[in-house]
Amino acid sequence: MQIPLAHYLVVAGMLLVIGVFGIFMNRKNIIIIMMSIELILLAANLNFVAFSGALHDMVGQVFTMFVLTVAAAEAAIGLAIVVIYSRNRGSIEVEDVTLMKG
Amino acid sequence: MIANLAFYLFSAILLLSAAMVVSSRNPVYSVLFLILAFINAAILFLMTGAEFLAMVLVIVYVGAVAVLFMFVVMMLDVDFVALREGVQQYAPIGAVVGVILFIELALVVTGWTIAPGASGFRLSPTPTDVTNTVALGSILYTKYIFLFQIAGAILLVSMIGAIVLTLRDRTRGKRQNLDTQHARMPADTLSMVTAKLGEGAAMPKQKEEAL
Repeated sequence: MQIPLAHYLVVAGMLLVIGVFGIFMNRKNIIIIMMSIELILLAANLNFVAFSGALHDMVGQVFTMFVLTVAAAEAAIGLAIVVIYSRNRGSIEVEDVTLMKG
Repeated sequence: MIANLAFYLFSAILLLSAAMVVSSRNPVYSVLFLILAFINAAILFLMTGAEFLAMVLVIVYVGAVAVLFMFVVMMLDVDFVALREGVQQYAPIGAVVGVILFIELALVVTGWTIAPGASGFRLSPTPTDVTNTVALGSILYTKYIFLFQIAGAILLVSMIGAIVLTLRDRTRGKRQNLDTQHARMPADTLSMVTAKLGEGAAMPKQKEEAL
């Protein structure tokens, strides 16, 4: 039995809202912010896959693969930046990152 | 009916664990809830027929990305409690933005239908006679081969970038330096000493190796 497309969309929308809320709430902890970004990308993937299933079109799943690729690359680079930043400054507070402020 | 119940169950677990990711006090718990969220999303992928992507989600996210997060959380010597300061201050703003965003999304979802002729515009309709993995591979390696190669290049660039960023240049390390090796002259390292009979030669002063 097929689950209606709207149910998937509602779940993905709530996941996206939780991710945005997480970014606002954990404004200091960059690691949680990156996890929230992963949640937002997961919501986008859920939408792609749900539409792919509802419309019987494979392109949505192909696009999901590329989103997964970009998300993995983003996590690797972001965590590397966090590691060197904490190594240099001893803290990962986002609000302290004003070094490039001239 | 069973499928509906399972869908609601798994999406409820997904949303609850996502909420725990952003609200947990301990980042280690956040990573573990992130893993739970990914596994439930993989089950939702399975329920809509994307079996290969479900497995990719489990392997790539749970196996690699979440473990990477766990490494970083464990490795950083950071006072995570201090980072929780100001949560009460920021939570109302986040809640307002979230509610507005959700209302907008709900308006979009409720007031929207698929156009009647939409199925005529499908780029690659799902074949019914092969499995999901075969169907995905047969278009990924033909129609979308350039995108696939670019995705590989993106991963290569990010891998090199992460290595270059985190490679610590330890000046006292014993790393091989080809330039210094090639620039070595015999005069730098060899010296002729005359050893006295019965005493042997004293250790000649070694030049500091320029590392």
